[in-house]
Amino acid sequence: MKKLAAKLYKIVLIFLVFAAGVALEKTGTIAFLIDPYNYPELMRLLFQHFYLVAISMAIATIAGLIIGIALTRPKLKKYSGIVMYIVGLGQTIPSLAVLALVMSFLGIGTKPALFALTIYSILPIARNTLAGIRAVPVSTLDAAKGMGMTSIGILFGVELPMAMKVILTGFRVALVMNIGTVALAYLIGAGGMGDWIFSGIDMMMTDKLLAGAIPVTLMALLADFLVELLSAVLVSKGLRLTEE
Amino acid sequence: MMGVLHFIVKNLHQVLFLTWEHIFMVTVSLIIAMAIGVPLGVLITKRITLAKRVINSANIIMTVPSIALFGLMMPILALIGQGLGKVPAIIALVLYSQLPIIRNTYVAINNVPPSLRDAGRGMGMNRWELLKEVEIPIAVPVIIAGLRTAAVMNIGIAAIAAYIGAGGLGVYIQQGIDRVYPEMIISGAVLVSLLAIVIDGLMAGAEHLLTPKGIQLQKRLA
Repeated sequence: MKKLAAKLYKIVLIFLVFAAGVALEKTGTIAFLIDPYNYPELMRLLFQHFYLVAISMAIATIAGLIIGIALTRPKLKKYSGIVMYIVGLGQTIPSLAVLALVMSFLGIGTKPALFALTIYSILPIARNTLAGIRAVPVSTLDAAKGMGMTSIGILFGVELPMAMKVILTGFRVALVMNIGTVALAYLIGAGGMGDWIFSGIDMMMTDKLLAGAIPVTLMALLADFLVELLSAVLVSKGLRLTEE
Repeated sequence: MMGVLHFIVKNLHQVLFLTWEHIFMVTVSLIIAMAIGVPLGVLITKRITLAKRVINSANIIMTVPSIALFGLMMPILALIGQGLGKVPAIIALVLYSQLPIIRNTYVAINNVPPSLRDAGRGMGMNRWELLKEVEIPIAVPVIIAGLRTAAVMNIGIAAIAAYIGAGGLGVYIQQGIDRVYPEMIISGAVLVSLLAIVIDGLMAGAEHLLTPKGIQLQKRLA
């Protein structure tokens, strides 16, 4: 029964891929993509999309880690509650609203978009860094102290490795969300694959629409998968063993 | 800021209509999503491999950027003449809500202490009674937390759905950007954010209210 189900699953999967291919051909998406005029445009938009994601995520990761780490230090611990409350509130605000607000104060273009994306991506990373470090058992910290580790040593040798899994989850959430939000950044003049999606919707051109929507979807799925791989490398062996 | 206030007061009628439209989309989609997600979450509790597969699929759907999902659905739904408007918006909202709802239901019911289950069985409850009298009431707060996550997320996605003609408060953002009308953009953005924050607060209240009294008491004592 189980074998049959697995086989059925595979057949359905193959059928879906096949159907998707037929649909792409029928809607003219493939013809649209291999058009010598559109191909360089696709490369340019993809690069623009990638560039926005990379820059905003790089800044957001560093800032999020610093905020998360700073709020677990003894001196700043008392502010962590209020900061987390603000972060939670910030995450409630829709991405389109953030982009729209940033645009009405900073204008259009790449820089305001980068600003909005960075701010929005910091939230999950900072939150998970804080939560991850907080979840490190006190007994482990005491053991590290007893071995004579300095506070910097404890941070890099104990706290961060133990919180790595939770931090990476936050990073993944931020990255996937970021890729989706960059697609909206076209609206405030930052380009990216959103260009083809929104133009496709406006002009009712299915081929253009799909040529924009499919790469963005693949990009998000690929990013999700890559972070999963990354967690296999970055999460220490001992922690993975205890989990199993 | 005065300009924004002025804009909202001047267009109060339309503001209320768009807010209602926004709430309508989110509510309808949540009700449908709950009708699918909660039974599915309950069904997979005893089947670990199936649970993994279902939650993974929901996770993949969640990964797809919302505007891309609208784009991908458009040609398919256009076959039945529903490519634009509220139908694709509500379908997308239902799809996105599945992950938080299924995951929370699954986790909540799996986390019911085995001792309580045994006690129920000892009292002669059958599988259905056990679910109705013991597992679901204990799981309710966590299930509502999932609905809350879904509701807040859906408010944000419904704003984007203005671009496929679904209406709602996103219309102000969309038209404001097109017409370079800052008051309109800010009104739309602020109203959507406020709606999300208010609904988040209300759902948090519901989470508290619908927690069975016994569990509330237990929490207070602990």
